[in-house]
Amino acid sequence: MMKEKLVVVGNGMAGMRAVEELLKLDADKYEITVFGNEPHPNYNRIMLSPVLAGEKTIDDIILNSREWYDENGIKLVSGDAVSEIDRVKRKVITASGVEAGYDRLLLATGSNPFIIPVPGHDKQGVIGFRDIADVDAMLAAAKSYKSAVVIGGGLLGLEAANGLMKQGMDVTVVHLLDALMERQLDKPASALLKRSLEERGMKFLMQASTAEILGDGRVSGVKFTDGSQVDADLVVMAVGIRPNMALAQQAGLHCERGLVVNDTMQTFDPKIYAVGECVQHRGMCYGLVAPLFEQAKVVANHLAEMGIARYEGSVTSTKLKVTGIDLFSAGEFNEGEGDETLVLQDPAQGIYKKLVIRDNQVKGAVMYGDTMDGTWYFTLLREGTDISAFRSTILFGQHDLGDAGHGSGGTAGVMALPDSAEICGCNGVCKGDIVNAITKKGLFTLAEVQAHTKASSSCGSCTGLVESILASTVGEGYDKAPSKKGMCGCTEHSHDEVIAAIRDQELKTMDAVRDAMDWKTPDGCASCRPALNYYLLARWPEEYKDDAQSRFINERAHGNIQKDGTYSVVPRMFGGLCTAKDLRAIADVSDKYQVPEMKVTGGQRIDLFGVKKEDMPAMWKDLSEAGFVSGHAYGKALRTVKTCAGKTWCRFGTQNSTGLGVKLEELTWGSWMPHKFKMAVSGCPRNCAEATIKDFGVVCVDSGYELHVGGNGGIKVRVTDLLCKVETEEQVLEYSGAFCQLYREEAHYLERTAPWVERVGLNHIKDEILEDEAKRKALYERFKVSQQYAQIDPWKERADGAEANEFTPVVISA
Amino acid sequence: MSNWIEIVALADIPKLGSRVIKTDTMTIAVFRTARDEVFAVKDACPHKGGPLSQGIVHGTSVTCPLHNWKIDLASGQALGPDEGCTNTFATKVEGGKVFLALKADEAAA
Repeated sequence: MMKEKLVVVGNGMAGMRAVEELLKLDADKYEITVFGNEPHPNYNRIMLSPVLAGEKTIDDIILNSREWYDENGIKLVSGDAVSEIDRVKRKVITASGVEAGYDRLLLATGSNPFIIPVPGHDKQGVIGFRDIADVDAMLAAAKSYKSAVVIGGGLLGLEAANGLMKQGMDVTVVHLLDALMERQLDKPASALLKRSLEERGMKFLMQASTAEILGDGRVSGVKFTDGSQVDADLVVMAVGIRPNMALAQQAGLHCERGLVVNDTMQTFDPKIYAVGECVQHRGMCYGLVAPLFEQAKVVANHLAEMGIARYEGSVTSTKLKVTGIDLFSAGEFNEGEGDETLVLQDPAQGIYKKLVIRDNQVKGAVMYGDTMDGTWYFTLLREGTDISAFRSTILFGQHDLGDAGHGSGGTAGVMALPDSAEICGCNGVCKGDIVNAITKKGLFTLAEVQAHTKASSSCGSCTGLVESILASTVGEGYDKAPSKKGMCGCTEHSHDEVIAAIRDQELKTMDAVRDAMDWKTPDGCASCRPALNYYLLARWPEEYKDDAQSRFINERAHGNIQKDGTYSVVPRMFGGLCTAKDLRAIADVSDKYQVPEMKVTGGQRIDLFGVKKEDMPAMWKDLSEAGFVSGHAYGKALRTVKTCAGKTWCRFGTQNSTGLGVKLEELTWGSWMPHKFKMAVSGCPRNCAEATIKDFGVVCVDSGYELHVGGNGGIKVRVTDLLCKVETEEQVLEYSGAFCQLYREEAHYLERTAPWVERVGLNHIKDEILEDEAKRKALYERFKVSQQYAQIDPWKERADGAEANEFTPVVISA
Repeated sequence: MSNWIEIVALADIPKLGSRVIKTDTMTIAVFRTARDEVFAVKDACPHKGGPLSQGIVHGTSVTCPLHNWKIDLASGQALGPDEGCTNTFATKVEGGKVFLALKADEAAA
């Protein structure tokens, strides 16, 4: 079969990103031809500033070499501009007369720098700042001339001015308004920036309107409308970009400010798609790279005829790539009426942070001097997180939430680390490995870095560091995760959407969910199947049949798989209590099955390591006969209720805490949860059972019981929030059951209570559990119903012969 | 040529699941997909030797339970950015029975 023909006009970042995304989805669908004006392969345009500043070379910023085009069977025509589109005959024609027919055409013609049409604008030495040729012209000028004027005090202008200054030129920045980077910064941050650039030797002419470029042949100066003038051997116009839509207009495609596309990135001609700076989508033209990459993903999806992706516009953030100046802005950073602002200012240290808050959500952020938490604020902004729980400390950064894993120093700090510094402790990945992978393999997203280096793919505590490295290595091209994350590669739908659909559309099988939610794979993947299985089980405990093949092996085998393929077995000891008879039974089992190692766990249980899978059912039979049930130490489930010595023995004890721990565990054991769930009961505020770092902790006091929620040890230690104080054991049981059920119904699969509480806010949990008695009782009731189906000991079932195939290898002689 | 050995009834391998086959010298994982295709690979992930038989099966691949490498069951190749390969063995299903072919060199290996 003949392949269809795809022609791409534009060899820039958006066009090539779209081709890369397309190759990922379907490498064989099209015969691809790419036309590029510039005589270079595809390069990272946003890194031109560091090239100009002498911090990188052109070779450093090449994204795809000519070999890449060959390897992927892509024909690259570079240095020959497409001059005409014949939509009737479906072909493009270049300036030199080369023709190429297409079945689908992708326009990614980018933008042109806007050159102010003042007299003299066409003199030699007047340029824009857009491509390698401009950078070459600036570098050449810096060798033979002294003074440069940059017109435009925006992001691009300041980067150009900084680069020229680094090349030894005397630079004056001319700006029409009274504040620099007014589209990204509020006035205080803008003033700090100006001061810091002046300290480096940059000069500014503010509120200056250019009237004329002076000189004969080559530029010699710039004259302003007030009559004043400055000398200049080089003038860089960086006053903005205009979508390059000449080709599209000539072909009769509907254009306004840019080439108009719909949510599928299609132009008014259904055979022709467009992405990048040349397009206008819902009235917006984008000049930053992150939105272009989102568009590329969408267009690739449609070119591959998968037909499900939509581009719905982007929220963008900005960083200035001037070494030594930390600046970040995102969203609506100038407050409107009714908005609140939080400001932290330390003029002596040159630090300024402002957050614009509306309805307890971050709407905008400006940061200067300390931008370490930019990524965090941006995530809060895009996800619309309720910040009321940590509003009082939000300006101090994510650290202040007890985030032990992220270290300190921000982007600048990370880049100051040596290449040998270990970034990911789980997978032993050093900074140098990450930087290498990013530059050599052309990575742009956190997911790509995770896939190629394994950094931040295990516990996730180094994610912030990896993102910082990514951000500073690729600059703005760093592709932040989109605001709405699909559960996994199989679907565009988020966890919340899937949970809601299962509930509202009464979806009761995995196939029903995948059909209703347009899954891309017939049977999901190792990431979404366990999640769907859990969501269905949690929502429909009476009807849904648990699917063993959608369980991670630990939950299928009811033991913890160890690195040598053996399992560990942990019998349940309610509240951590045991008798001599219990211990004897465990000792006997251990002897009988030659358990190589035993250990007392942090949750007050005994762990038997190194058990062969085929031995487990027999071992469980012995344990079951001695009165034990599964300890669920392997599951996303209620793990343990830890207790202290208690009132019977301890001279400080206030209530019967051990007995309460046993009752709590009897109520909750066996319940499946979004993630592991640990409880504890301490008999007095000395808190020997460490109840304040548990998912649900009880601290007994003389007058009753304090209930604490949302704590954990582990990677990010989080101390619990106090939910409330109650007076009776019955209340403790009811509130704990209601809390468990709320978590089971609302949290995302694999989200522990600590991040869940931070995401939804403690107030929400109080609303559901404390404010409304009927709601609490209903939650508790649903929990108890679910428990009728969950409290069937999986060990006894299997000891009695269930799932025998799982545990029985087939032995053959060969 | 290969000698077909009857190993197990198709019905005794769960859909999207596996069975462990032990020979004198090695362990083989036999998988059944949602569409009843059957594949056999050496039960060792090319990464750190994890038991692939214990992984989650999706499409025609399996995800290793130890570090989430994805292995293509037909070729034994690691998918995605990971690189590596595990041995594969021919299988066939006849009359509801699954047969496995061990090549002489691999059986002895």
